[in-house]
Amino acid sequence: MTHWLIAPVILPAILAPFIVLAARYHIGIQRVFSLVGVIAMIAIAAGLSWQASDGTILIYQLGDWAAPFGIILVGDMLSTLMVLLTSVLALFVLLYAIGSGWDDRGWHFHALFQFQLMGIMGAFLTGDLFNLFVFFEVLLIASYGLMIHAGGNERLRAGVQYVLFNLLGSTLFLFALGAIYAETGTLNMADLAQRADLIGAESTVGIRVAAVLLLLVFAIKAALVPLHFWLPSSYAEAPGPVAALFAIMTKVGAYAIIRVYTMVFPPDLEATQGLHDVWLQPAALISLALGMIGVLAAKKLDRLVAFSVIGSMGMVMIAIALFTPEGIAAALYYIVHSTLAGAALFLIVDLVKSSRPSLVLRAMPPVAGAALTAGLFFAAAIAMAGLPPLSGFLGKLLILDAAFTSPWAVWIWTIVLVSSLISVVGFARAGSIVFWKANSVTPDDVPDDELEPPSALAYGAAGGLVALLAAHTVFGGYAHDYTLATAAQLFAPEPYISAVVDTPGKLSTPAEDY
Amino acid sequence: MEVLVASAIGILTAAGMYLVLRLRTFPVILGVSLLTYAVNVFLFASGRLTVGAPPILGDATTYADPLPQALVLTAIVISFGMTAVVVMIALGSYLGADDDNVNDPVSTDEEDAP
Repeated sequence: MTHWLIAPVILPAILAPFIVLAARYHIGIQRVFSLVGVIAMIAIAAGLSWQASDGTILIYQLGDWAAPFGIILVGDMLSTLMVLLTSVLALFVLLYAIGSGWDDRGWHFHALFQFQLMGIMGAFLTGDLFNLFVFFEVLLIASYGLMIHAGGNERLRAGVQYVLFNLLGSTLFLFALGAIYAETGTLNMADLAQRADLIGAESTVGIRVAAVLLLLVFAIKAALVPLHFWLPSSYAEAPGPVAALFAIMTKVGAYAIIRVYTMVFPPDLEATQGLHDVWLQPAALISLALGMIGVLAAKKLDRLVAFSVIGSMGMVMIAIALFTPEGIAAALYYIVHSTLAGAALFLIVDLVKSSRPSLVLRAMPPVAGAALTAGLFFAAAIAMAGLPPLSGFLGKLLILDAAFTSPWAVWIWTIVLVSSLISVVGFARAGSIVFWKANSVTPDDVPDDELEPPSALAYGAAGGLVALLAAHTVFGGYAHDYTLATAAQLFAPEPYISAVVDTPGKLSTPAEDY
Repeated sequence: MEVLVASAIGILTAAGMYLVLRLRTFPVILGVSLLTYAVNVFLFASGRLTVGAPPILGDATTYADPLPQALVLTAIVISFGMTAVVVMIALGSYLGADDDNVNDPVSTDEEDAP
């Protein structure tokens, strides 16, 4: 049992109140603590991934209570990969927020940022479904604060929609958990995996309803069509760095689907058969098509990026819904790519916003520094649209390759290829209107004094994410080997289950028949 | 008792859903509250319905499942906090925009052009 496993949850949980209580009026001290915290988090996450990379299952029993009585944190290759991805993303987002001054435009940015990290890390590490709900709520309530950071009417209105949609999602989550508990008497994922197997073929109604409800909840988080309505306005209206951090939040939903539907309700489980084929795959295909059509149809640059996030989630879900080791490996490779690409795009859109009066796609006079922004946008758009040479292309290729033997292969190939074309046209149109046509417009009035160029740190943070994308491509072979090993571990859940259930702790041999 | 509890959950959920679909912040928040009440009762029922039984294993032959009670407590605290947050944000939105519609206005895309 390693105590380091709970550090990604504990560290922000200590830092956030400290920032609120002790450094409330000192933005400089807040920045230092927040940065040091995130850098320490990367170190911890890297250490945990290194420990888990040889297939070891890391276990942390809270209060030394044995599962399924106590809450348990589990770090396998998937969890630690997601924790590492989140902490790296958080560093660049934080650098951008500091460099662009966003953190100083309202109260408590750094404290909320740390609470948000705490929720995300906890959701990735927990081995208990109810605890997953609690960490979802932690990350949601912090995200409500971040979403309306710096205020404004449009942002508040989008915030109301976002909060209400997620409140309904949480209610649905509780209904699903209640149904699962009523059927199986446990909420620990490993214990649940053992018991779901024992349910007889004649009494699968309850567990089937629960599995579908749970899938709906995670699909809301993953913004799968038709449950995506919360995403476009909230991501478009959220402050740039916050939207970039939110790029990982849709992946929390994808992670939860991978975790629960490979271990607890695997595709060959009789009780929940057909779930991924009948429901998940069509929804994923429609999400991809709708997202990319949205990219082409968007009238504003921030909406365009929000729709590209929906499209890329559709792509991730297509690969997940195959539920083969190759499919999950491709999905994980694409999750890393689309998190970085989505975040980079949101940061770049924020850079564009600081150099022109509005994000409406209409030619406006050029401004200083637009060439660098245009270059970054070009690179990130290539990555997001999935053109060579960046990682989006590799990820798409892996997904197409994994889908080759699926009964949905024709649909997947058609929709992926056509939607790629649509998104290329959409991004090219937006980029050429925003950056290229600017030279054909003559400034008809004095430039706005309020617009000041973004700092070098802001450019560095956005550029860093694009550089990470390039690294994800160059080292794509290693990355794919790692995701293949992760997928293999997911499809052989026995070590995970036995590590959770058989690790001794208090109450490890229950006297009563539970 | 089963009929009573089941119909209570059903009526609360139906009323909550109806109010949520009104798409004005005040009814929607009331609807969400009703839905959280419904889910709290539902969570209680997930531990089977017992009356007057202790929630601990002991000499008693029947006992109440303590876990759903803990879950309900957590759910109540969380939904209370969340409702408080949404009331504040909705109030801010209403006072700022003078409009309590939850949906997006038809199109603001062109209005904020220079």
